[in-house]
Amino acid sequence: MEISRHWRLRKQRYALEGEVCPHCGAKLFPPRDVCPHCGLEAKQTYTFVGTGTVVSWTTARQAPEAFAEQAPYVVALIQLDEGPKLTAQLTDLGDTEPYPGMPVEMVTRKLRSDREERGLILYGYKFRPVLERALAE
Amino acid sequence: MSEIVIAGIGMTPVGEHWATSLRELALEAIEKALHEVEGLRPQAVFVANMHAPVLSRQANVGPLVADFAGFRGVEAATVEAGGASGGMALRAAYLAVASGEVDAALAVGVEKATDRVGAGVESAAATVLDADYEAEQGVTPAVQAALIMQHYMQETGAPREAFAAFPLLAHQNAVGNPYAMYRKAVKESVYHRVTMVSDPLNLFDAAPLADGAAAVLVARRDALPPQTAQPLVKIAGFGVANDTLAWHDRDDLLDFAAVRRSVEAACRRAGCTPAEVDFFELYDAFSVYVPLILEAAGFAPRGEGWKMGQTDALTLDGSLPILTMGGLKARGNPGGATGLYQVAEAVLQLRGQAGDNQIPRARRGLVQSLSGPASLAVTTVLEAV
Repeated sequence: MEISRHWRLRKQRYALEGEVCPHCGAKLFPPRDVCPHCGLEAKQTYTFVGTGTVVSWTTARQAPEAFAEQAPYVVALIQLDEGPKLTAQLTDLGDTEPYPGMPVEMVTRKLRSDREERGLILYGYKFRPVLERALAE
Repeated sequence: MSEIVIAGIGMTPVGEHWATSLRELALEAIEKALHEVEGLRPQAVFVANMHAPVLSRQANVGPLVADFAGFRGVEAATVEAGGASGGMALRAAYLAVASGEVDAALAVGVEKATDRVGAGVESAAATVLDADYEAEQGVTPAVQAALIMQHYMQETGAPREAFAAFPLLAHQNAVGNPYAMYRKAVKESVYHRVTMVSDPLNLFDAAPLADGAAAVLVARRDALPPQTAQPLVKIAGFGVANDTLAWHDRDDLLDFAAVRRSVEAACRRAGCTPAEVDFFELYDAFSVYVPLILEAAGFAPRGEGWKMGQTDALTLDGSLPILTMGGLKARGNPGGATGLYQVAEAVLQLRGQAGDNQIPRARRGLVQSLSGPASLAVTTVLEAV
């Protein structure tokens, strides 16, 4: 596992830190420094609230080596409430079948381990269904 | 400027070549291509490859292959652009010749997928994605295609069964291709019984990564010997366009915009419209790509590409034959070599050498390879001379 690479991504993985374009106001995640909407520099940080909705989803059954022990797992395309989309695993689904527009929220979970190379564990964002109680409030 | 033509092609059978190495596969295709035109040696060699650095621990594939094939003193480099590597190697060869820097250039694609098996191959395949934001979530190209397929069904109302048409057509056409990996037609009932890879995408919705090599020799027409044994095929137009690498970064999730842009550019250069091509070798890495490509290329209205699979339009005697030699699904998908197999197969059609799969009076073909879900689209218009 490449330690410095994952350490570099800690603010994105743990806190959904992206960017906001100072020129057109677009919110960006993942951060990309050049605004894809207006083409100007966008390096101002913006921390996303962490709520969004499911756009598409799949149950992955044939996994790459690093994820083999987790298969099957559910991967989704999620639209954050501030606009941008990201790809993340769904967790804590229980018997719930995902559906388009399903409200979800970010949680921090184990993404994978380095499979006993050095005993390191990689943590990051996954998304779970927003609890009904939370929706009612 | 003299016309730029394809003077020779060579292919190995696609499959599991346990006894043959990366360099030997490439050499077999190169020798066949050079043998087609006596007395023409390329001054530049562009080698398309996707996975050798991971699967075979071999980078520097371009110089390796050029050396092994006996070239000395020529320009040699690897071209890597994901699934569009083969298309981009042809592009490099074309530009080298078009610029006047060389008279002839060789585009070679080679992939050695079977040096590893199982989850190791899935890991290698996932390296074409955004490593930080897709692959680290457990995404592979098949998982990404499943997300696209689910969304396509949801937005267009396409029934799950509709996707069977494309792999079934590929298998039907591969029966007549001696280089194809699976030369066997498949029944629809079999399609619906196979293993799920990533719901709703099953084993038949994904083209198999395999071993293979293909070579295409590009030359200025006036640099050729006066007599050539094979009918010539002209590169009439080229168009290349990119899009976001990660699918989640698309504003419009169901628009393969790079497909549209590259088809328009290639046809503009060739002085034709997409409607004036006799066949379309498209990039069916996943069954859901086919309707999205047909829509973006202008052959079907948005959201209705799947309906073309329900008609006879795409068969060998239809109005727009596709996957004429089996496509990625049934010929097999030898990664970096795939784009050059597509070109070589189109050349066979335009020479009238496609055997049982020959499209009558084929004069102009559209050939397109993609990297990922049209993150890069490379389109060529080829014409019989």
